[in-house]
Amino acid sequence: MIRVDRLTVRYGAATALDGVSLSVAAGEMVALIGPNGAGKSTLVNTLCGLRKPAAGTFAVDGKLALVPEGRHLFAPLTVDDNLRLGAWRSGSRDTAHIYALLPELTKLRKRQAGKLSGGEQQMVALGRALMSRPDVLVIDEMSLGLAPRVVAGLAGHLRERNAADGLAVLLIEQNARLALDLCDNAYVLEAGRIVAEGPSAELAGSAEVAAAYLGLEA
Amino acid sequence: MGELAQYLITGVGIGCAYALTGSGLVVIYRVTRVVNFAQGSFAVFAALTVTTLLAGGLPHGLAEALAVLIAGLIGLVVGLVATGKPGTTPQAALIVTLGLGVLAYAIEILLWGDQPRSFAGLPGSVTVLGGRIQTHYLLIIGVTAVVLAATALLFARTDLGKALTATAADPYAARVLGISVLRMGLLAFAAGGALGGLAGVLVTPVQQVSFDSDVALVVNGFSAAILGNLTRPGLTLVGGLLLGVVQALVGGYLSTSYQTEVALIFMLAVLIVRAGRRDVVEAAA
Repeated sequence: MIRVDRLTVRYGAATALDGVSLSVAAGEMVALIGPNGAGKSTLVNTLCGLRKPAAGTFAVDGKLALVPEGRHLFAPLTVDDNLRLGAWRSGSRDTAHIYALLPELTKLRKRQAGKLSGGEQQMVALGRALMSRPDVLVIDEMSLGLAPRVVAGLAGHLRERNAADGLAVLLIEQNARLALDLCDNAYVLEAGRIVAEGPSAELAGSAEVAAAYLGLEA
Repeated sequence: MGELAQYLITGVGIGCAYALTGSGLVVIYRVTRVVNFAQGSFAVFAALTVTTLLAGGLPHGLAEALAVLIAGLIGLVVGLVATGKPGTTPQAALIVTLGLGVLAYAIEILLWGDQPRSFAGLPGSVTVLGGRIQTHYLLIIGVTAVVLAATALLFARTDLGKALTATAADPYAARVLGISVLRMGLLAFAAGGALGGLAGVLVTPVQQVSFDSDVALVVNGFSAAILGNLTRPGLTLVGGLLLGVVQALVGGYLSTSYQTEVALIFMLAVLIVRAGRRDVVEAAA
């Protein structure tokens, strides 16, 4: 679904991504963890075509949708409007399948998106991304600022979509415990470089990752 | 009573032109966050174009429609010049529109000279509450009502309108969803151009237009738009009508010399009230 090969992205003289390679296969859930400023959001923006790489290549097979960091909902518009715009590029803007997938949104459909709680907004952002019926979903900081119960609910929805539709997921998270629990494989990005990769269970067992991201003694 | 009715209806008619000009500003600002100082030029250019098209033998209706279309195209070009370069800030684009407005003076003088021009509108007059009113004022009011209602419906009911609002609300998210921010901005400029052009085409039969008539139109249009914080078409309409009526009453009962001053005082009062409210909000925070 996603293949990134030795990708380098620069902001002027600063190198944000330095020879990053990763892949997400069909039906796979992959985590990308790393601290602030590691280059995670730069990778997201590059995959979405919003930033051009200085070197390297990337390819996306199928339809990619993004849940951006900070939700980025259209605050003055209603939930329903936000959802419909999620399918701007596709012909059908029928929101019925999203309300079936995320029934919590049904009662909010006429509410202004800017006036929802953080958890509700993240649910709308997820629904908006799913509107285009993507093959691969990139989620940037899903858990940011949300209560654990809300995050668990969102994670449950992701698992369901992955299991039911084979939706591939690239989950970009600072909450490493969540990301490693949820995803089969993971990459660790630090200062623009992949410093560790492998099955999530193995990475969670690595002393360095445990110490740096899971708050455990090395 | 007849005199008052006459002032009220002519005021509403002129207010409609202000509302159309202001709505053009609002459409552009809502989508691009650019205050388009060339807005008055669209009206003048369209009005002067009609005089040429009519002189060239085109019938009424077609000439006006073509001029509005040309104003829309000019709006598109202004948008392209002002915002086409990636990374242009709204402040920089504002200055570009100001420059283009000045350039428009030179082009208009070159093409049409510096003397005021006009053309015939809807002929005849009607009596309303004892006052004789040119029928053309009713045309201005009717067309404005239909066009502004259509504009409001576009924003409220269509996906295109929602996408225009979304572009202004969060350009990053719009780009992520594949909505072209540049195209939406250009569309807004084209719509703004057409609304400005329509204002000029409608008002010229009752008020002569020359190359510098844009100042009065843009000052009054901006005053109307600022009542709605440059984002709300409904309040812009209210502002335009209020200005038109007050100016007609001032012109009728006092002197026509004070009409522009009324618009400026109105705009100043709104800005002072808004600034005061912001202070209150900030103090509370």
